[in-house]
Amino acid sequence: MPDEPSRVNDFALKLANVNGTGSASANGLLMQAIFRMGIPVSGKNLFPSNIQGLPTWYEIRVNRDGHVARTVDFDLAVAMNAETYAVDIAEVRSGGYVLYDSTWPLDKSLHREDVSFLGVPLAKMCGDVFADSRERILMKNIAYVGVLAALLEVDMPIVNELLAEKFAGKAALRASNQRAIQLGWQYAHERFAPPLPFHLAKMEATKDRILIDGNTAAALGCVYAGATVAAWYPITPATSLMDAFRGFCRRLRGDPKTGKNRYCILQAEDELAAVGMTIGAAWAGARAFTSTAGPGISLMGELIGLAYYAEVPLVIFDVQRVGPSTGMPTRTQQGDILACAYASHGDTKHVLLFPRDPAECFDFAVAAFDLAEKLQTPVFVLSDLDIGMNDWVCPKLRWDDAYRPDRGRVVGAAELEQMAKFYRYWPEDENAVAARTLPGVSAKGAYFARGSGHTKLGSYTETPADYQEVIDRLARKHRAAARLLPAAIADGEGAPIGIVSLGGCDGAVREALASLRAAGTRVDYLRVRGYPFGAEVEAFLRDHERVYVVEQNRDAQLKTLLRTDIDVPPERLVSILHYGGYPLSAHQVVEGIVHGTQGANT
Amino acid sequence: MTSIKKPAVVHPSATRNELGLTLRDYEGSMSTLCAGCGHDSVTAAVARAFFELSVAPHTVAKLSGIGCSSKTPTYFLRGAHGFNSAHGRMPALATGANAANRDLLYVGISGDGDSLSIGLGHLCHAIRRNLRMLYVIENNGVYGLTKGQFSASADVGSKSKRGEPNPQRPIDPAMLALSLGATFVARSFSGDKDQLVPILKAGLRHRGFALVDVISPCVTFNDHEGSTKSYAYTRKKALRVLDADFVPHAEEIVAAYPAGSTLAVRMHDGSTMRFSKVAADYDPRDRPTAFARLCAWHAEGIVPTGLLYVDEDLPDMHEMSATVPTPLAQVPYEELCPGSAKLAKLMEEYR
Repeated sequence: MPDEPSRVNDFALKLANVNGTGSASANGLLMQAIFRMGIPVSGKNLFPSNIQGLPTWYEIRVNRDGHVARTVDFDLAVAMNAETYAVDIAEVRSGGYVLYDSTWPLDKSLHREDVSFLGVPLAKMCGDVFADSRERILMKNIAYVGVLAALLEVDMPIVNELLAEKFAGKAALRASNQRAIQLGWQYAHERFAPPLPFHLAKMEATKDRILIDGNTAAALGCVYAGATVAAWYPITPATSLMDAFRGFCRRLRGDPKTGKNRYCILQAEDELAAVGMTIGAAWAGARAFTSTAGPGISLMGELIGLAYYAEVPLVIFDVQRVGPSTGMPTRTQQGDILACAYASHGDTKHVLLFPRDPAECFDFAVAAFDLAEKLQTPVFVLSDLDIGMNDWVCPKLRWDDAYRPDRGRVVGAAELEQMAKFYRYWPEDENAVAARTLPGVSAKGAYFARGSGHTKLGSYTETPADYQEVIDRLARKHRAAARLLPAAIADGEGAPIGIVSLGGCDGAVREALASLRAAGTRVDYLRVRGYPFGAEVEAFLRDHERVYVVEQNRDAQLKTLLRTDIDVPPERLVSILHYGGYPLSAHQVVEGIVHGTQGANT
Repeated sequence: MTSIKKPAVVHPSATRNELGLTLRDYEGSMSTLCAGCGHDSVTAAVARAFFELSVAPHTVAKLSGIGCSSKTPTYFLRGAHGFNSAHGRMPALATGANAANRDLLYVGISGDGDSLSIGLGHLCHAIRRNLRMLYVIENNGVYGLTKGQFSASADVGSKSKRGEPNPQRPIDPAMLALSLGATFVARSFSGDKDQLVPILKAGLRHRGFALVDVISPCVTFNDHEGSTKSYAYTRKKALRVLDADFVPHAEEIVAAYPAGSTLAVRMHDGSTMRFSKVAADYDPRDRPTAFARLCAWHAEGIVPTGLLYVDEDLPDMHEMSATVPTPLAQVPYEELCPGSAKLAKLMEEYR
């Protein structure tokens, strides 16, 4: 083995597998064990749009400083997929390691002088011990967890504890898993003299933290916000959001006496119906939401315009994936920013929230319902595949029992009695919002919602002035929203250059910031958390000579919004774009800033 | 302007229902449809059905899509909330609204373009969900607002105003609904109020999705010689299969019918529908037979009207979803939020 200094709790692994072989649970087990050792860890599941037989990768990054962005500097590759050996071996850094299944010899052409090959006859070992053919495949993956546990010094009592929890009541499965791990662990100890120069040591950094994906956290937010109607059409990567919502509702939303459901989940015939149902439910007074991805947003376009114009409060989760068209359904991107900001024909502008991680998915889910009802408009929560489907280390989600939903201006029967007459869209308040009534309240509160031209009193119109009066109020309402959204978060001040970014880029940007600052480069950072932008965003652009806008799409969609909405010299904004489908890494941000950005004008 | 306000003057001698309301209380704005439009007769029948059932207007939600038919919810029940949505999407909005508030009576007004072309998928799935609502298709075989294109319900050979025959086979909403397992399928004619009003009443009392296909001639684009959705053609070809007579459960059944010619169906809310059989051997509770008879009549060019199929036993969307009886929109927040202690406990599962 090459001689190099020991690195504790700072390395990255790449686990290459064939999908459908149970590798996800093996990799998840490893990640969770590291998390329980109190060490900051992140996992990126790079999986194919397929059920069985295609290459799939899982990247685990351990970082004692808490940097969780994707890194491409792999210290060790677990090469379990012969199809991708060449690529996987090539991706290991010089001085790193390749762990492979030596049941079959490795082709000489794959050999590299600058990495160490650790052959473990995983298939043979499992073939000797397990009889069932499916079990042999599954346990092969669990066995490499055992090898890694030895090489990296994973705490074995924690591994056993996890297996006990995972297979509670399934003694045979638990025994098989334990046996497989033991096989790998023993083999590594006999042959490789662990640990490797980079390895683990217990920390206390994850004590008040959890390991959770953004879709689960968002679903939990919907439960706590009091959402009762959810309509959706299955789509990767948003499906697990609704699956999680259903799971939580089954546990938490039954009437304790009758067992009946205090929720209704509608699996729609398509996304048009999904958003239509959400609009209907919201109009009728429920907190309602839909979850989808880019293709769904495209299909929902027409009705999103209806909700905007008829002023129906609803929440749309867009777990972004790679577009255009079907694109790459299992890869991540921030490619729907403009599509959501301006969804639907005609003059439409929407309210967007940009969570950076699962914790914000939870918080913003709740905020989205309050904002939607306060502003009587659709609110989009723009998550992405990386946030939505990968497990992130986050602070434990907390709840304030004093919270009550902000239902906005809803007029009830008693209030209607006091009114001379009720008009749906007049008079407006300081946010340019008028009171609404819910169907069933009283004949006096009845109104006719429509997507056709209407006057401020709600009646049909084809008269220019009457039409414009309403559409201008909607523009005022959109501007008013800027004051109500979660404010952008600034880091640093006074530097000549700044970075503006959003959502899931945050981890990579903050890591880049740390390394730039360590190297003596002064950089400020502003993370926008919502659209329309608040005054603090305008001030940040004004106060910096050059602002790098970091985002994950080809067309600089965030920059386009900034330039459109804020009066700033166009040359001041320089794009750093990453859009291949894998999550952003810090080095890309650093490179973009150090070398300046070519092709900035997009 | 597609709506004009009506003066709210009620003649003292006007009949009042159990709520003390007159028929005028079930009206809306003045129609702006063409004079003689079948849709206006349907509007009048809908208003009358609600009036006769003594339904408080504010307990109704009326929804529509886009098209001439979809304008009509403004013309009835001004005291009800309404939603004129997007072309073809009304069933989706109605599904969501119903999910949120199951206590309201839902009436959807649609047309053949709205329901049988652009929104066909939504109609099919609303049927599959057995969404509790009265769903009226004002069927004239033609796109009126865009000036006379054939719709998906136009019969083969039916002629456009310019004289061109329609070459494509039609979608028959009644057959479609039956094939999808609809629980209430009826057809009527806008010119036959005596038949239409009781059918609408029965549809409103039905436990699930009540589809009423109303042949409603378009006087401007499809009422000419050669059209199979004209007043003249429909009057000639309509066969009254099973007429309805709605009897609320509180009342005795006193109407006299010749023995053996009536059929009583107990509705889910305890009321009773009585049907006078015009076509012999037609049992609207027998799906295979109904289907076969409809096919046969269709081949003969006969337009069967009346109640074609009914099943009061199948669960509706809420029963299938096992939702609480309280409308979800009215469940107090305290019963929806699991609270901080539960969340803290839940967090242990993510360690």
